[in-house]
Amino acid sequence: MIRPQHPDSLMILIPAYNEGGAIRRVVTEVRTQLPQIPVLVLDDCSTDDTRTEALAAGAGVISVPYHLGLGGCVQAGYRYAYDAGFSYVIRIDGDGQHDPRFIPDLFAALRHSPIQMVIGSRYLNGKVPATSFARGIGIWFFRQILRLILEKEVHDPTSGFVGVNRQALEVFARSFPLEYPEIEALVVLQRRQFRFAEVPVVMRPRMAGVSTITALKSFYYVLHVLLGVVVNILKYEGKRRKG
Amino acid sequence: MDRLLNVVTGMSVLLIGLVFFAIRRAHIRVEYSISWLSAALVMLILSQWQWALAQIADFLGVNNAPFALLLIILSLFLIVFFRFSVIISDLKDANIALTQKLAIIEYQLQHVQEKHSPSRDA
Repeated sequence: MIRPQHPDSLMILIPAYNEGGAIRRVVTEVRTQLPQIPVLVLDDCSTDDTRTEALAAGAGVISVPYHLGLGGCVQAGYRYAYDAGFSYVIRIDGDGQHDPRFIPDLFAALRHSPIQMVIGSRYLNGKVPATSFARGIGIWFFRQILRLILEKEVHDPTSGFVGVNRQALEVFARSFPLEYPEIEALVVLQRRQFRFAEVPVVMRPRMAGVSTITALKSFYYVLHVLLGVVVNILKYEGKRRKG
Repeated sequence: MDRLLNVVTGMSVLLIGLVFFAIRRAHIRVEYSISWLSAALVMLILSQWQWALAQIADFLGVNNAPFALLLIILSLFLIVFFRFSVIISDLKDANIALTQKLAIIEYQLQHVQEKHSPSRDA
């Protein structure tokens, strides 16, 4: 079972839903790059062999009994890490887009800067990666919104390559946006006056499978996240101390 | 007008009967039936007590009492639907929290079982 080996310990969290074609390579890459660091795969009730592939690669695997969606799945990992006593968690995607070579950079930023969260940003190294027109517009739109709210530029607000320290872990273990969590999570942190930084990373094409984001889903995404951001700004913190 | 009010009375009685039937068969919990019973009772009272309905219509500035009754019914059902949206949201939150805890406990249990399995001792 995955346990912290020492104070200041890091856990790698990989939420995965039907990533059977990539998860073994992703876990193996992480374990090769960082052999001492425990890897936990959160299997979001996949219908393929994600679980067995992740186990075969040597990861710890928590399988939720029904499909929770990305936010619910990541929150389960944060809950586990917090209860187990980990000090840091870095999350990478299960499709191989996040290169584990950059994990040490994120970890170093988390440990040595007065921040609670770090984002691996694909837009900081001068190269603008190819992305769909709709996604490009969406990212630009949310950059403007977040600049107003956070009073700070976020270059890659939709990046799922993120690390958190124990303070942020405590918050997210208790309350985490369920769908499309990345942008809302920034607002949640800002409300607690937590700080974040971005670290340049290079993202790769996914190793297997196809993105499930369609034009209609992109539109729903924008509306959902926008509403989520507004709700998080207005949220009454006295409510809901459950779970 | 009387016919419309009688239809509303009939619908109210039907709704009350349906709710009681559902409670008896345990298809609906008592605490969640209260909203429906309250709405049905208000409909029943206003459809039979025309003086009260006329007063409300006058207060709302509506000349037509049955139209006022329909407005009230619509408002009541909107309130009931809103209440159930809140309940569903709470249930979903609780469901997610339980699912996460169950998954974590299952993971921990598997490791405890593996640790104590005879094949490991052998």
